[in-house]
Amino acid sequence: MEGMTLYIILAAVFGLYMAWGIGANDVANAMATSTGAKAISMRQAFLIAAVFEFAGAVLAGGAVTATIRSGMIDTADLAGNPELLIFGMLSALLAAAVWLNLASRHGWPVSTTHSIVGAIVGFAVVGIGFEAVKWAKVGTIVMSWVVSPLLAGIVAFIIFRTVQWLILDRENPLAQAKRWVPVYMFFAAFNISLVTLLKGLTHVGLDLDTRQTYLLSAAIGLGIAVMGWALIRRIQPVPGADRDNHFATVERVFAVLMIVTACSMAFAHGSNDVANAVGPVAAVISTATSGQVQQTSSMPPWILLLGGAGIVFGLMTYGRAVMRTVGEQITALTPSRGFAAEMAAAATIVLASGTGLPISTTHTLVGAVLGVGMARGIAAINLQVVRNIFVSWVVTVPAGALLSVIFFLIFRAVF
Amino acid sequence: MPTSFLAGIFGRSPVQPLKDHMAKAAEAGHVLLDFIEAALAGDWERAANVRSRLQDIEHEADRLKADLRIRLPSTLMMPVDRGDLLDLITTQDRIANRAKDIAGLMYGRRMVLPDSLAPGYRRLAQRSVDAVDQAERSVGELDELFTAGFRGAEVKLVERMITELDAIEDDTDTLASELRAQVFAMEQSLPPVDVIFLYKAIEWLGDLGDFSHRVGGLLQRLIAR
Repeated sequence: MEGMTLYIILAAVFGLYMAWGIGANDVANAMATSTGAKAISMRQAFLIAAVFEFAGAVLAGGAVTATIRSGMIDTADLAGNPELLIFGMLSALLAAAVWLNLASRHGWPVSTTHSIVGAIVGFAVVGIGFEAVKWAKVGTIVMSWVVSPLLAGIVAFIIFRTVQWLILDRENPLAQAKRWVPVYMFFAAFNISLVTLLKGLTHVGLDLDTRQTYLLSAAIGLGIAVMGWALIRRIQPVPGADRDNHFATVERVFAVLMIVTACSMAFAHGSNDVANAVGPVAAVISTATSGQVQQTSSMPPWILLLGGAGIVFGLMTYGRAVMRTVGEQITALTPSRGFAAEMAAAATIVLASGTGLPISTTHTLVGAVLGVGMARGIAAINLQVVRNIFVSWVVTVPAGALLSVIFFLIFRAVF
Repeated sequence: MPTSFLAGIFGRSPVQPLKDHMAKAAEAGHVLLDFIEAALAGDWERAANVRSRLQDIEHEADRLKADLRIRLPSTLMMPVDRGDLLDLITTQDRIANRAKDIAGLMYGRRMVLPDSLAPGYRRLAQRSVDAVDQAERSVGELDELFTAGFRGAEVKLVERMITELDAIEDDTDTLASELRAQVFAMEQSLPPVDVIFLYKAIEWLGDLGDFSHRVGGLLQRLIAR
């Protein structure tokens, strides 16, 4: 088919733009919980984001990519008209990217997931027809947007309560922290590995039975815990920093734990949000190369690499400034609280990714922070801002849809 | 300037402003002791200087109080009750106010105490300021309380400090009633109007202990929510 090379190039460019936006806005905020708590440096944040975003996308992101690519629209009506799908996906991608870029510039707390879901539904309704949208599937996705912050909040609440019970409430919190923090590391690594492995890694040539899956997850968790234990052992009380309880030193122990949860968060984000950029790109490419509309197709690895690279680039260019601002402003989020929020959010996101539901990292993280707040963990949470974040969800979906329709009409007129 | 949704979620913690304000109240207490020494020595020039310092401190405390109130909108979610926090700052502020009132009363009337009453008056003033100091130490534990999430060992520590505060406040009650008995015994030999205001000054010194005691009570309420 003629023009197909052009479509592929356009898709790659738009995908890169979208990934850049995700890195600049979404990842910057996700990583900022760690840099803000002074647990990791900016350089470490880039490195962690680069490695684990990509790992998350490759190892655990497939199901979400499939949902974004073709799970929400019934492509049967498009069988004879592959260009329609290509235009649609291109406009959805561009719409979400533009909206995201606009939001990054103004500091609006938008969700990349909401942008792309809104954009795809928007083009499908106008371009194909109301009945082409799999409303049941879209409904499930929207439901998950409500459930995921709630779930992350409950998990964060429970995690922080255990921290209080095991460490902060005790007579000697420092000794307790040194004892229990490696255990949290084990569970963080074990959970993420288990969810990822259970979903299956046959696509990277790893075929394990259930017993092997559990054993491997436990081994990964144990390895991380031992490394953490070795690091923590060397931490000495900060002289003169505090009196009896050594809370300042306790926070330094939690800072080591936060390195693990920051990796989990980047992995979780990669598994969920990279799909927002690469899903439509994959749809365009499979349609353009085969010349027909397919429900399923293999995913060329270079697309994932493109997504990962775009995200890291966005983080390094624009996200750097976002992370710096957050670092200066969130002094209240100490490592003992930050880790609880991150661990809960990461677990929720990876779980959702495993079931193929694209959820909002932004909102899940906010839900987790609120959960810690409910456990009397944070000095002050600005509920006005929290409300604005949830309102932005309502605005983002139609905004993505509207932009996508506009771009779709333009594409159809031009080509 | 790049902004982030996440940074906005975290409101500024009220702890440091509260501690700063309580430190001002305690400073007012100590300056009041200086003032009382000058007044008892009849050195009204020095007393005037100390009193104006005390007024400055009280103004500063008022400013901190206003700042904190503005900073606590009702949309803030905190691990403590917002009303309790506002009550706490109000009570702390009354300590600074009362210290200023006592200096104002003594200076305005050039109050002269009979020599036999001076030691008791000094003791009462000192003990009342001890109570203020103990209240400041207890409020000083607030950030540790926030860190521990209002549970466990840290709560027990603060409970002990508040028990100590209660004991000091009991002392001030005893000292005040002893002093009143002394004044009553020599009432007939003193100018009646002076007696009225002497009772007033004793009552206000007792207030310092009383307000400090209430600061302790409010801290307990914060913890118990």
